[in-house]
Amino acid sequence: MSYIGIIITYVFISNFILTQFLGLCPFIGVSKNVESAVGMGFAVTFVMGLASLVTWAIQFYILAPLNVVFLQTITFILVIAALVQFVEMVIQKIAPPLYKALGIYLPLITTNCAVLGIALISVRSSYNAIESFLAGISGGLGFLLAILIMSTIREKLDSEDVPKFFKNIPIAFITAGLMSMAFMAFDKALLKNLIG
Amino acid sequence: MIKELTKGIFRENPIFIIVLGLCPALGVSSKVINALGMGAGVIFVLLSSNILVSLLKNFIPDKVRIPSYIVIIASFVTIVEMVMQAYSPVLYKNLGVFVPLIVVNCVILGRAEAFANKNSLLPSILDAIGMGTGFTLGLLLIALIRETLASGTITLFRIGSFNGIITIPGLVDSPVRIFGMAAGALLVMGYLKAFFNWYTTRN
Repeated sequence: MSYIGIIITYVFISNFILTQFLGLCPFIGVSKNVESAVGMGFAVTFVMGLASLVTWAIQFYILAPLNVVFLQTITFILVIAALVQFVEMVIQKIAPPLYKALGIYLPLITTNCAVLGIALISVRSSYNAIESFLAGISGGLGFLLAILIMSTIREKLDSEDVPKFFKNIPIAFITAGLMSMAFMAFDKALLKNLIG
Repeated sequence: MIKELTKGIFRENPIFIIVLGLCPALGVSSKVINALGMGAGVIFVLLSSNILVSLLKNFIPDKVRIPSYIVIIASFVTIVEMVMQAYSPVLYKNLGVFVPLIVVNCVILGRAEAFANKNSLLPSILDAIGMGTGFTLGLLLIALIRETLASGTITLFRIGSFNGIITIPGLVDSPVRIFGMAAGALLVMGYLKAFFNWYTTRN
């Protein structure tokens, strides 16, 4: 698939949240206000791009040559956990303002399904290094897009008269369902029409 | 003691009350058989990790406990992956990426951290069985609603001459396809959560 194709696929057509249900916990948990949603979105994008690239290298330079692909799950999750910790330390050292903005979201990302998800999906689709990295970044941007829309809607919902039992989580799910319906407009046919 | 077993099924149901482990809950709930397979996998991993964590709780240093739990969980997930691939390749293919993703199912890590590392073996086992069953029942409820509405069928195991598919007259000819898609899963989850909110405040 071309690079543009990968970007469109992961941002719109198979959006991680709205069509694949990966990363729902932070999507529901951290979408109450726009500021933290954007912070979480960028942190996830950053980690997903990096994780996708690093796990690609591990898969094709370590696991496959040594014939220990069955260790994939264990290795990937450990690498992601270590990577998140490392990213946290580096950002804290070289960019304190960025750390202040993203810091509290980083530890949460280890158990975000989207990160391990993109690592596994990239390997299973046998992407090359650049494609894996792009898929990671676009998956993250798709997450950012979804959580940004969601948080703006939820801020508006705060001042609306939502039925008592639908307050908070149920209405968030129903909103996400309606968003997902809107995203159904981005069909695979779109890709064909755009880039042939 | 019996409370540890029953609390996960309704009062502290991981999906509807605590709202954890949502990705697999929605991702594999388009068919009843997939939900059953996922539930069995989660119960096995949860039970094994709870047993191991509660036995090892005095040996694992506090500082590295989360990575240790993740390694324990990932090992059992790998076992599930290999067994599923060997004995039911169709199910393995249907569940796809969600099988290895059991590792990041917050329910499992959550029970290791919140229960198994503070309690002895027997309560941990009961807790795992209860929570695992609660998770599976939640998953099953979502899958039943979705599959019935989306295709008018309920897909179960193949037993003897019974092909494993129950069809529901009326719905099978005019299904509500949206429930089979991502949007339907999110809507069903929203309405069920609202129902559980209503039910728990009523008592």
